[in-house]
Amino acid sequence: MTQTIDEYSVFFLYAAMAVYAMAFIAFALDLARRSAQVGAGNRVGVDGSVTTADERVLEKVGAGAPVAVSGSAVGGGSAVVGAAPARRGLFSRGGGSASIDGGSGVGTTKRSLSLRLGVAFTLIGFLLEATADVLRGIAAARVPWANMYEFSMTGTVLIVGVFLVVITRVDLRFLGTFITGLVLILLGISTVNYYVGVSPLPPALQSAWLVIHVFVASLGTAFFALGFALSAIQLVQYRRESIVAGATFWRLKFMSSLPDSNRLENLAYRVNIVGFVFWTFTLIAGAVWAERAWGRYWGWDTKEVWTFIIWVIYAGYIHARATRGWRGSRSAVLAIIGFAAVLFNFGIVNVFFHGLHSYSGL
Amino acid sequence: MSRPSDHYDSPDPAFAERSAGGPVTDGSGGPDGTAGGDILQPKLGVVGWLRWFWRQLTSMRTALFLLLLLALAAVPGSLVPQRAADPNGVTQYFVDNPDLAPVLDKVQAFDVYTSVWFSSIYLLLFISLVGCVIPRAKHHFDALRAKPPRTPARLSRLAGFQQREAGPGTNGAEAIEAARAMLRRSGYRTVVFSAPGRNGGEVTSVSAERGYARETGNLVFHAALVGILITVGVGGGFGFSGQRVLVEKGQTFVNTLSAFDSFNPGRFFTESSLTPYTMKLDQFSATYETKADGAFGQPLDYNAQVTTQEQGGAEQQSDIKVNSPLRIGGTDVYLLGNGYAPTITVKDPTGKVVFTDSIPFLPQDASLTSVGVVKVPDGLTEQLGMIGFFYPTQAVSTTGAFYSTYPDDDYPVLTLNVYQGDLGLNGGTPTSVYSLDTDTLTQLTGGSTGMKSIELKPGDSQALPNGLGTVSFDTVSRFASLDIHHDPTQGYVLLFATLALLGLLVSLFIPRRRVWVKATERDDGTVTLEYAGLARGEDPRLVPAVAEIADRHTKLIGSQPPPESNA
Ligand code: HEM
Repeated sequence: MTQTIDEYSVFFLYAAMAVYAMAFIAFALDLARRSAQVGAGNRVGVDGSVTTADERVLEKVGAGAPVAVSGSAVGGGSAVVGAAPARRGLFSRGGGSASIDGGSGVGTTKRSLSLRLGVAFTLIGFLLEATADVLRGIAAARVPWANMYEFSMTGTVLIVGVFLVVITRVDLRFLGTFITGLVLILLGISTVNYYVGVSPLPPALQSAWLVIHVFVASLGTAFFALGFALSAIQLVQYRRESIVAGATFWRLKFMSSLPDSNRLENLAYRVNIVGFVFWTFTLIAGAVWAERAWGRYWGWDTKEVWTFIIWVIYAGYIHARATRGWRGSRSAVLAIIGFAAVLFNFGIVNVFFHGLHSYSGL
Repeated sequence: MSRPSDHYDSPDPAFAERSAGGPVTDGSGGPDGTAGGDILQPKLGVVGWLRWFWRQLTSMRTALFLLLLLALAAVPGSLVPQRAADPNGVTQYFVDNPDLAPVLDKVQAFDVYTSVWFSSIYLLLFISLVGCVIPRAKHHFDALRAKPPRTPARLSRLAGFQQREAGPGTNGAEAIEAARAMLRRSGYRTVVFSAPGRNGGEVTSVSAERGYARETGNLVFHAALVGILITVGVGGGFGFSGQRVLVEKGQTFVNTLSAFDSFNPGRFFTESSLTPYTMKLDQFSATYETKADGAFGQPLDYNAQVTTQEQGGAEQQSDIKVNSPLRIGGTDVYLLGNGYAPTITVKDPTGKVVFTDSIPFLPQDASLTSVGVVKVPDGLTEQLGMIGFFYPTQAVSTTGAFYSTYPDDDYPVLTLNVYQGDLGLNGGTPTSVYSLDTDTLTQLTGGSTGMKSIELKPGDSQALPNGLGTVSFDTVSRFASLDIHHDPTQGYVLLFATLALLGLLVSLFIPRRRVWVKATERDDGTVTLEYAGLARGEDPRLVPAVAEIADRHTKLIGSQPPPESNA
């Protein structure tokens, strides 16, 4: 029985991967389309909408500001005269939305079909993968995050889930290629290398803290992944901005349809601090669990060391954002190093390093 | 602002003059007029240098640098085994890398987290932290009692600016009073200003500020970190940790120093802090997966059933499991390991028992193939040592070697290699009960001796070589390896950690913002209402928040939005 349910789980996982691959292609097509449109002299909004060059004059009057890279300063705190309240919540829609308003008024803006397909596929993939994850949990009669294979599955479900939630609040759909690509790679590695049959929990993992600690760590990782993508794009965007305007040799043309580096930085920060709070909780919960399981709350075990290192790097990132001369690209680099450490902690430390946390199941 | 002068929101040294008085940076220019210390050349002189040094140490840049250095310095400890966490790993490392290990040892690479260099980094960081937090705390304390600043003359330049017209008959002062009350209810601190406007009518405004908790949270967070450091540093000194192996069916531990197999006291530990109690291991049970799929033989549950008795108390039965320690007599008892303890008896040629004991054997693999040492110092013509292998469920490989296929004792077999000679027990140097120094011994069975190892099932007995006597394997018991800890301060550490987390939440997610509502009375009796806000730090929701305030306020006083909404 257990075996069959797990087989269903694997089936759903493969189905999810196939659909994610379709989502990846759709998102990539959207970026290619953006590049082509930008190359043709048209303006492309963050939401992938295209306004052809002719209508731009019209719209400029309507919307009042060139929008392609404007990324309105909602987040930055600088004055926006008469800006409408965009949206409630932690995040608010900013740059680019004006091009919808401006465009739709005249009825000439073309929305991006591939982008919407990408989101649709991502959602379907998410539902399939979540099903796979739940089935695995049912097969094992416990939470599905107790070995590398299961960490990967639950972790990627959360990455996609967080992405899907966040894009309802702020238009980060342009990250779709990155998110689906990352998830595909992780799932690929995990199904090929880490698959293990359903097995019961060893005594060391039989704890409510497994449920809390590992889940929150995965959630933090999901936010860090988004933050990483934003910071990486921020760096590219910043380079693009600092190259004299009109430089035609710039190849990633779609970049001009994305928010400006300043807005990307603010978005990255907001996502990363959520990740940081989850990570802080992970650290504390891990210590509480370690006390119960091993009799000491902190013992510099390899996994503890890396959790600590990641925490300190992100604390550094938050500081960098508040340090003159470090806001901007430098802090973005720290966020990227932070996420690299997260991946290292997950992919390398779990598998190759010795320590008390030898739960990779391999 | 008593933030470090290189804080992003501190006035830039180059622009400090220009913006210090402006409404936008008002308040961030603070009492510290010497902001921008980086470009001030220190006056040479001890005090000058010290001040310069202190300012460098407590700057954001130094904090950042030290944080990154701390992260970096923590890395080697994960690459090289650490004495505190993995002493055997260190020993092995020395064996494997005889040239490199001593060099690494010189730079404390096996004790990274207590090393001089690691400690200096975090101590400097915390000095910097204290130096940073104290002036900020003081400044914040003042700010908590100060009034919000004057309303800027031109709100239209600020974030989320909204303009609305109130119908005729609206009283500007009353409208502002309503706004003030409304903002007060939303947690803003408010102050009302009024002055005659340019064209006669009165200009009344309310200046409101909220989110002081943001800074409070930040201070709580940083102070809690100091709290953690101090409690860990001091608290560790009062505690102890010790280990004890107990064999089931009756071995008893008494909470006294001599009863521990090993003991690590903190710096301030005194023996009198051991509360007397006894703990007897009645039974140890282990359950394993029996289904023949991938998890066959995987442990499902370990349970140590103990009977404890505190001084003057009644006997009590408890279970100790891996994730549920026993809290008793100020100590916490953890189940960290288990294994088999075969009971072995040795008799001399006349049949007199010279040795009988249950010897804990150390597990070597997941199927609990275990190794143990038996030492028989007295009663025989020569001292006798035996290295034993225990296979709970024995199987024979194609090469003839024994191994265990399953961790439960389904088909237990014990093999013994016998040595005779000097056990080295009389030299006074302490020897481990788990190892046998064979240098001074002659091997009699097993290995290259040509004699088969002694092979026993429970209940079997067999003659020792050279007519030394007999050895028997009576029965097999389980042992539990228990860690006994006492840390009087870990509750405080948790408290500080929780405070840090709460402080962090408040500090990262409570926006600090200023909001202004201004009512300008016109000649024609209408009143223009203006709304605007100013973010102080990260505040993604400022603009919608100002709009919401404008909406609520205009609804409250019953005015209409401007005819041609520019929203
Ligand atoms: C153990 C070392 C430290 C750690 C782990 C740490 C961590 C953090 C974290 C996580 C934040 C963001 C959350 C918050 O605002 O409360 C923060 C903010 C801040 N820290 Fe630290 N910190 C440390 C040391 C320091 C030191 C030495 C200074 C002073 C030089 C400092 C000054 C600040 C300031 C001014 C902020 C506010 C940043 C802002 O305005 O956004 N911190 N710190």
